[in-house]
Amino acid sequence: MKTSHKISLAALLAAAAVAGCASGGMPGAMTGADIDKLTADIARASFRDEGIVKADKVLDVDATLRACNAADVAGKPLDEKTARALEAENLKTVKWPSDGKYLGDWRSGEQLAQSGRGMTFTDTAKTANGGNCYNCHQIDKKEISFGTIGPSLYQYGKLRGVTDANSPAARETVQYTWGKIWNSKAYNACSNMPRAGHMGILTEAQVADIVALLLDPKSPVNQ
Amino acid sequence: MKKFYWLAGAALALGAGATAHAQKSAIESIEEYREMLQDGNPADLFEAKGEEVWKIKRGPKNASLEACDLGKGPGVVKGAFVELPRYFADTNRMQDLESRLLTCMSTLQGLDAQAIADTPFGKGEQKNMTALATWIAAESKGMRFNLPQSHAQEKLFYQVGKRLFFQRGGAHDFACASCHGSDDKRIRLQDLPNLTKNPGDGVGFAAWPAYRVSNGQMWGMQQRLNDCYRQQRFAYPKFGSDALTALGVYLGVNSQGSKSIAPAIKR
Repeated sequence: MKTSHKISLAALLAAAAVAGCASGGMPGAMTGADIDKLTADIARASFRDEGIVKADKVLDVDATLRACNAADVAGKPLDEKTARALEAENLKTVKWPSDGKYLGDWRSGEQLAQSGRGMTFTDTAKTANGGNCYNCHQIDKKEISFGTIGPSLYQYGKLRGVTDANSPAARETVQYTWGKIWNSKAYNACSNMPRAGHMGILTEAQVADIVALLLDPKSPVNQ
Repeated sequence: MKKFYWLAGAALALGAGATAHAQKSAIESIEEYREMLQDGNPADLFEAKGEEVWKIKRGPKNASLEACDLGKGPGVVKGAFVELPRYFADTNRMQDLESRLLTCMSTLQGLDAQAIADTPFGKGEQKNMTALATWIAAESKGMRFNLPQSHAQEKLFYQVGKRLFFQRGGAHDFACASCHGSDDKRIRLQDLPNLTKNPGDGVGFAAWPAYRVSNGQMWGMQQRLNDCYRQQRFAYPKFGSDALTALGVYLGVNSQGSKSIAPAIKR
């Protein structure tokens, strides 16, 4: 299996080389789709399982990631229709709180937001997963070590006028926040943000704790 | 000390549960340490060892690596680093520095390339590999990247590398581009170069191999990319694999004209 793969890869590359020579320039007869296929074959041969990370699971991505990866390579964002359809598919995967309680404990949420641990090939299944939030977002103003890949979430609830997270007026914001953390792609198909609930990074209770960090009026985020 | 697995190895030296103030001072002290070390980069030691490993006769064939062709002819080391990865006719493969060294160690010295590739970083022959990469890179210090793009496979690998760069996957849906796809971003306090274009002299591809102060280790590009993939929650990239070579072509060609500062010193 391994050997036959190597041969087919070498054959493909040789074919590309010949085509390239014949046309005297670009990878000749190879179309974008051919290069996609070659890339997939190379990835298949180059990555292996290690620890808790399985290569097949990493390389066999869903329709959302496939579309977004292709859009990035092309340098063009997804067309509106495709983006909305993928977002709708992702929204269907959101598991809403089984007890109807959207807000947990903001203190636990802050701890999760601080931790960037878990799910690498040097972690074990016992490693407690973090939320990775501060890697990309400003959250509590006291924490100056924050990333800037995502928008600042400082005063997240306050800026949205949430004074009582359990009030009907806050309902839409609360649900959106839960959904965004559970599956970020439900609202932005090619978001850089992980799908914490959907991909099993965080539990339902942990998602509730992070929702509380963002929306509880007592949370330092909203002071 | 607990380890934090932040993306891009951000602030590895920071303690668990440190306050904002303590984190800032930790960063500051690392900066000071880096400055202190600028005059005496421990990479020098690896560089000296690498030159020795290049010249010494060893392996079943009791030969040195001095006849190794790194792309500019047998034995030519100066300038080779800034033109890698490239296509090699004798292997009919695209190779980066480390995969090319595997070929030379195998053909000239009779060492087992697969066994070396399977050896964990920092152990056994991999220690020699890192030293060799450090010395060979140092021989091109200050030179500008100029990867060849004339052979069809060289062009093809750029395209493959680009696709790999944008390939999301794993538990967190991360691609290289998630962190290195736009300007002026940070993870925690760590600045992130935009590697979809030329990041400039001594940044990104032009800064490795490098000595890492935070863990006291010398890392070649293979190990740097391996750790990126680890933090991305990706699967394990095999040493010397085509994916890492392709990624090297994408990063190296994007750095065209930028000065290599390797061996660098890093946080």
